[in-house]
Amino acid sequence: MKATTALNNPYGEDKVIEACGLFGMMDLTGRRFGSKYPIKAISNMHERGNGLGGGYAIYGLYPEHEDDYAFHIMYLNSEAKEKTDRLLAQNFHVLEAEEMPVNPKANVWKPPLIWRYFVQPKKRAAKNQPHDEYVLKNVMRINTETGGAFVFSSGKNMGVFKGVGFPEDIAEYFCLNEYEGYMWICHGRFPTNTPGWWGGAHPFNILDWTVAHNGELSSYGINRRYLEMYGYDCTMQTDTEVMAYALDLLVRKQKLPIEIVARIFAPPLWIEIDAMEPEEKNLHTALRQCYGSLLMNGPFTIIAAHAGEMIGLTDRLKLRPLTAGIKGDMLYLSSEESAIQLVASNLDKVWSPRGGEPVIGRLKTVKPLEILAI
Amino acid sequence: MKSYIEPEFIIERDNEKCIRCKVCVNQCTYDAHYYDPEDDVVRGRDENCVNCHRCVVFCPTGAITIKRNPTQYTENWNWTREAIMAVKKQAETGGIILTGMGCDKPYYTYWDRILLNASQVTNPSIDPLREPMELRTYLGAKPDKLELDMENGDVVLKTKLAPQLCAETPILFTALSYGAISFNVHLALARAATEFGTFMNTGEGGLDKRLYKYGDHIIVQVASGRFGVSPDYLDVGAALEIKIGQGAKPGIGGHLPGEKVTEDISRTRMIPTGTDALSPAPQHDIYSIEDLRQLIYALKEATDYTKPVSVKIAAVHNSAAIASGMVRAGADIIVLDGVRGATGAAPRVIRDNVGIPIELALASVDQRLRDEGIRNKASIIISGGIRSSADVVKAIALGADAVYIGTAALVAIGCTVCQKCHTGKCPWGIATSDPWISKRVNPDIATRRLVNLLQAWSLEIKEIMGGMGINAIESLRGNRLQLRGVGLTDTELKILGIKMAGE
Amino acid sequence: MDKGLSHKELEPSNPLGSVVINNGVVTIDAADMYYRDLNFLLKSHSNPTKRIDIYNVNGQRYIGTGLKNNVEIHIYGTPGNDLAAFMDGSTIYVHGNAQDGVGNTMNSGKVVVYGRAGDIAGYAMRGGKIFIRDDAGYRVGIHMKEYGNQKPTLVIGGTARDFLGEYMAGGILVVLGLTLKDGEDHKAKFVGTGMHGGTIYVRGQVSHIGKEVKIMELEKNDMSLLRPIIEEFCSYFNFDANEILTGEFKKLVPFSKRPYGKLYAQ
Repeated sequence: MKATTALNNPYGEDKVIEACGLFGMMDLTGRRFGSKYPIKAISNMHERGNGLGGGYAIYGLYPEHEDDYAFHIMYLNSEAKEKTDRLLAQNFHVLEAEEMPVNPKANVWKPPLIWRYFVQPKKRAAKNQPHDEYVLKNVMRINTETGGAFVFSSGKNMGVFKGVGFPEDIAEYFCLNEYEGYMWICHGRFPTNTPGWWGGAHPFNILDWTVAHNGELSSYGINRRYLEMYGYDCTMQTDTEVMAYALDLLVRKQKLPIEIVARIFAPPLWIEIDAMEPEEKNLHTALRQCYGSLLMNGPFTIIAAHAGEMIGLTDRLKLRPLTAGIKGDMLYLSSEESAIQLVASNLDKVWSPRGGEPVIGRLKTVKPLEILAI
Repeated sequence: MKSYIEPEFIIERDNEKCIRCKVCVNQCTYDAHYYDPEDDVVRGRDENCVNCHRCVVFCPTGAITIKRNPTQYTENWNWTREAIMAVKKQAETGGIILTGMGCDKPYYTYWDRILLNASQVTNPSIDPLREPMELRTYLGAKPDKLELDMENGDVVLKTKLAPQLCAETPILFTALSYGAISFNVHLALARAATEFGTFMNTGEGGLDKRLYKYGDHIIVQVASGRFGVSPDYLDVGAALEIKIGQGAKPGIGGHLPGEKVTEDISRTRMIPTGTDALSPAPQHDIYSIEDLRQLIYALKEATDYTKPVSVKIAAVHNSAAIASGMVRAGADIIVLDGVRGATGAAPRVIRDNVGIPIELALASVDQRLRDEGIRNKASIIISGGIRSSADVVKAIALGADAVYIGTAALVAIGCTVCQKCHTGKCPWGIATSDPWISKRVNPDIATRRLVNLLQAWSLEIKEIMGGMGINAIESLRGNRLQLRGVGLTDTELKILGIKMAGE
Repeated sequence: MDKGLSHKELEPSNPLGSVVINNGVVTIDAADMYYRDLNFLLKSHSNPTKRIDIYNVNGQRYIGTGLKNNVEIHIYGTPGNDLAAFMDGSTIYVHGNAQDGVGNTMNSGKVVVYGRAGDIAGYAMRGGKIFIRDDAGYRVGIHMKEYGNQKPTLVIGGTARDFLGEYMAGGILVVLGLTLKDGEDHKAKFVGTGMHGGTIYVRGQVSHIGKEVKIMELEKNDMSLLRPIIEEFCSYFNFDANEILTGEFKKLVPFSKRPYGKLYAQ
């Protein structure tokens, strides 16, 4: 914990403060597409970043390894790599391991060593634990015990690429033009401290969940303490980390539908709840009573993704921007409309969702959009 | 024997301003003023004056000033005046020195060394005058997660939550027992709580039947003396509170001196008039933690599991471990009362030396419950010297769900914290059961004053929250990053779980 | 886009884009152009030019900011945030959707959007006119002000979201609800919260207003004020002013100039 926390936050600030630009693009039929438009869109929002971070999450990235966990790990020193390799060998079948192919000419800042692994949990070591839980525990162990290794992507058939540099430069560094996926989440960062730490860039990933985030949580202090009570180690000290863990807890562990999770992060006001029908009122009151510590207060826009779903959500007073657009089978989410218009003109529909109401793109739905009508 | 006690206060009267109306003579319940018809002058008995300011406030010409007796013992930081007087009094009486209200010593307040955050640049502050700011607080046990069901395409709630109290502001009126305070005050508290949407607490003296109609906003207390605990009493309240201890006198029981046990008190407490109403030190059916569990569930059974059960303890050395036990014993709400907690009567030496500051107790209890993964199983209410809305905000940021106010409520009604409640002669009509003096509290006016206090503090809390960029109290609760300390040692910062200002 | 008779050389700091001048109309291709370069071009070509057409606009910010001369600008594409911020004079036509901050602290001039606008349109507007054909977002018309002849007007053809006209102190804000379905109410909440001056005219039903606001029926002089505004609005978008004016209008005004007078302990 110390290593990544110290790197991410050298001055011991409460958390890393940042502002950003977000872009998400998804083909709802699952057809995979390349990097051209996502990169173009996120670069267009150059003003929202300051070159200190950029990143991408691509889903449907490794179809030849569909069922294997794909770890992207960054190493700050060789000792950490040794410890990590040992831990992986102990607890996983490592099907493939290679140094991440990169383009060293790209304009990025002091890149660390990055490796890619495809793994499966060893049955005996996992001992009847659900595999996701087992992988989560091991990821937390690597991040806290190896003194310099950080697993920044740990899902199946997806991967995160991120670092310190403008998004377009990060794309060049990781040779993203060679990859395809049915969903791309892109992020450009404007942090107010200067760690130079690649792990601090967005998107933030844990298992299947990836979150890109714009805004600042005034409720961070309690969101984090609540999650710590449920076993999540918040080593990155960013709002994004807390959002990703909250999604993991509520969706993966507690199996709540994403529409309800949106109502936990951005609940309706009491005056609105008091005016609801009894069943609805009961539900919404209980959500706030039980999950009040996960209310995400303060301005935010997030684009969150997991296999088969892309979700855009803003805080309940809509203090940060979010525009959604549809053209044919493609769903777009962006901090600024211009980025969407740049890569897809003549949109079938373009709108800004209401504060606290999620926009959800689900794979294999022909008429794509599902918006909570509660 | 001759008393060596010198008067603490001197009454100064400006005889030119004095119009001999004798209001001071009538109002003073300590006989500190008298009229001399021969000389047509009002005189004072300094040795009786307790500095309650009743005469000062009511004198129509402002002729009266109360001064600390300028005759001082030679300056001595070890042998203070209070220490010397106490020894002399004990030498004269051989008895325990009683006092009222809360610890008045300078050293124990941490609120004043904790500062609050505000949002600048990276996060916007919110204007509570124009944008919604939510203070509503639910008190009671919360589940770890909710079970949901899909029915006809709608999401439906399966989990049944434990009973909750709904307070529109995180400020409640603390346990003030009927007998320690007068009926009119109890009535005003009940009315104000009902009007504002919060709660009052009966204290250990039971509940006069005339207040039953406010039951939805009353927490009924079950203390060691079990005064007034009838089935009706349990039925009428919105919640039940088991009192183990209170901050002013941890470890010892309640005192209601015989002078204060009048006819009405006798009826409500079901004890003979004129007797001292002493609550035993422990609840005699609770000698260990499992007994507490037994009593909690006895009360839940008695009320069909429809009301939250709260357990109140004084903040003492191992509050964290005790609180953990209380939660596991089934308490829906935990109440912690710190060393500054007030009382109608307590031995002064216990009031000032036993118990710990509530800020530290709260911080360690909140953290311990989180470490054990059980924080959501009970709400935490704290009390003991909350003086302003800033104290409330700091308490909530440390981890409290709500605060109880006692002294503040009485001060709002008229109390001047003279610390003589135990005499039963409160000239303001507050800490007395004398039916004649009690009339001095007009329940309508007192209610108005209490509602005003709640409103003013609630508005201030909203302003402070808005400055932090928070618009719902859930996001302030336990959010220690909004606090910083000044003038605190590393250990104090660690226990409070906050950083030093500048960090 | 015509390549005209003359081709103006670009300043050294603007390597991209091309500027063409033809009969007093300057045409700029803003594709891939950094906003500072674009705005520099605008300013350097605004005198004595009458009209500037900008194509391939995609997210460039502050278009129209700091323009000193009175120019007519046509934008094709999606202008970035703070369009016409602090603008003093000039008229901008957006042939597409606008983003956040349209007319931020605008002093005078005109903006016409053939589409929708984002959040915070008309924030602290002090004069001039903004006409938005479709919907607008949250916090539109906050703290609009007026004094003497300086009286801003902001008209939204569709509907807007929460905190419309928050803290309004002057000017005229009109919401027509043309994008609403039959019988649908405006969904904005906290409309006019903190208002202490100015007027909001709403066509259709408003469900939730701030506590400083009262809803009234229109009086005769309201109509004479409103008609020319609606007519001007309609002239841009080919709408029928008469039909719009038959709709049910309500007027929102503040209760008092000092809504918070009683809040503080004296």
